[in-house]
Amino acid sequence: MLIELKNITKEYDNGGVVTKVLKGISLSVEEGEFLAIMGPSGSGKSTLMHIIGFLDRATNGTYLFDNENIKDFNDDELAYIRNERIGFVFQSFNLLARTSVLDNVILPLTYSKKKDHINLATKALEAVGLGNRLSFLSNQISGGQKQRVAIARALVCDPKVIFADEPTGNLDSKSGNTVMNILGRLNSEGRTIILVTHDRNVAEHANRIITIKDGEIISDEHNSNPRKSQMIEDDQDIELK
Amino acid sequence: MRTLFKNINVEIKNLISRKARSFLTILGIIIGVAGVIVIISLGAGAQALVLGQITKLGTNIIGILPGKSDETGPPAAVFGVQIKTLVEADVEAIRNKTRVPHAIDIVSVVRGNVTITFGDQSIDTTFTATDGSYVRVQNVEMDRGVFFSDEEGRAAANVIVLGYDVADQLFPNGGELGQIVKLKNNSNSFGSIPFRIIGVQEKLGTVAFQNQDDQVFIPFKIGQRQILGIDYVQFVRIRTDTPENVKTTIIDIEGVLREQHRIKNVADDDFAVRDLADAIKILTNITDALRMFLGLMAGISLIVGGIGIMNIMLVTVSERTREIGLRKALGATSYKIRNQFLLEAVILTGVGGIFGIIIGIMISYLIALGARYAGYDWSFVISPIAIILAVFVSSLTGIIFGLFPAMKAAKLNPIDALRYE
Repeated sequence: MLIELKNITKEYDNGGVVTKVLKGISLSVEEGEFLAIMGPSGSGKSTLMHIIGFLDRATNGTYLFDNENIKDFNDDELAYIRNERIGFVFQSFNLLARTSVLDNVILPLTYSKKKDHINLATKALEAVGLGNRLSFLSNQISGGQKQRVAIARALVCDPKVIFADEPTGNLDSKSGNTVMNILGRLNSEGRTIILVTHDRNVAEHANRIITIKDGEIISDEHNSNPRKSQMIEDDQDIELK
Repeated sequence: MRTLFKNINVEIKNLISRKARSFLTILGIIIGVAGVIVIISLGAGAQALVLGQITKLGTNIIGILPGKSDETGPPAAVFGVQIKTLVEADVEAIRNKTRVPHAIDIVSVVRGNVTITFGDQSIDTTFTATDGSYVRVQNVEMDRGVFFSDEEGRAAANVIVLGYDVADQLFPNGGELGQIVKLKNNSNSFGSIPFRIIGVQEKLGTVAFQNQDDQVFIPFKIGQRQILGIDYVQFVRIRTDTPENVKTTIIDIEGVLREQHRIKNVADDDFAVRDLADAIKILTNITDALRMFLGLMAGISLIVGGIGIMNIMLVTVSERTREIGLRKALGATSYKIRNQFLLEAVILTGVGGIFGIIIGIMISYLIALGARYAGYDWSFVISPIAIILAVFVSSLTGIIFGLFPAMKAAKLNPIDALRYE
């Protein structure tokens, strides 16, 4: 089992008023799954993913990652996991401004022990069809391209799991499809993908969909026929500015 | 080592990508450092100028002024009050070798305004009437000709030494030596007195706002009796054999003068005997106060620079906190983030410090050049301590205000840093 959550809770204390965001989530994810976490805004789906993705810590409960209890990890070990074993794609891209596409993808490598940064980053960018945009600045490319840079950045350290938090939320449907297609391909290459979305159409790219409401899982369904979008060619640029 | 260079390289790229922020931070440091260097240099230069002019006269010089004065304040004669209690008999008594053994040269001085005429040309200037030894007491250097001898001085010979500018105006083509000029004091009814030119003083320039080349020298008696028409001495200057004997000589002179003036009580002294050490002490006090004031101004420029740095660092805190959140999400440890921000602060303050030093020294040098061009014997002084202090303080400001918010952000959960508003 790659990810195993047992009775995870998360509470926020806002000046004495305690808000329970997650009320005992138990969930297992196998290696190679494409999991979509669905739910309306405020349901706690993003919080859940931040906890699974090591960006936040649970208030209570057990989280086993690759059969290791993350309670035993210190901050530096968590940083190592974030760097080497998972990749993150955000709704708002979170690229370094005024920095080249290539340097954005190199960024996680500078925190790893890996060598040959330029070569690895170039390969990751080619994998998302941006091999011809290496020296562009992050503010000179379109939203869809930005998200593909972010995917390349998540991919560059060769992680087991890629987390995507509303990756299509800021994109038009065409660019969104491209992004989902890339995620689907990464999954078919054996990577585990965990996706958060409120959009049923996006969630249907996954082969398992769980729905969260008010901090609890209300459904966990298998999607036997994941949606496929049109494939893109490496050098084809769908969304030229 | 290789990773350090690589990190520096990456960091410089980062800083260039945030031009405005980097530039403003560097500017803050430049203002602080250059400001301190220039201000401290100004203060030191001004002090050196004032004290240099005094010490150039020699440290074995004693001055006697008529009129009582307390230890620290200036004598009454400085304010233009004419006191007539110091007379030639007093000077003759001081010349007695058995009473004042260490006094080598003793000169009486009176000064006044006079019109000097050659042919149909006449100019107004000031004259100094004194003894031949004046040349040794005041270190007078001649451009051409000679200063009058002790004998000529005592004999009240009609000889005159011109200041450089006076000679230049009356004799633009030279050839003044041996010529006869006439001197007349316009404030009394005495007639013109002819003098033979025997020398021209070296060009001195402006010292303490006075043009030292616009004056003439004549023997004491003529100037005192025939031009000013007085029988007292305005001041006396004495040169001792060694600087060590200045203090004993002052006591000797005071003894002689009290006897001459029949003074029993020190408090009743109607004269002041001072050496240059006293003058230097007074002037050092004044210039030290000036330097402290300037130091304060330098401190203000440091604060201004520091506030600039502080502001720009604090303004960008939220942007930087989000950046730190992202870096943590991508796997940076707190340690690496701290190193990155430390490196950034060191590069910024280093560049700012170097430019600040260069600009500060350049401005100080230009000021020194300007002052020299204006005729002041200005020395170009750079204080290494001021440089070190200024660079240290502004670097510290940069590092503290750059590093502290970063360290705080690095301790947050990545998601909290990413969402920081």
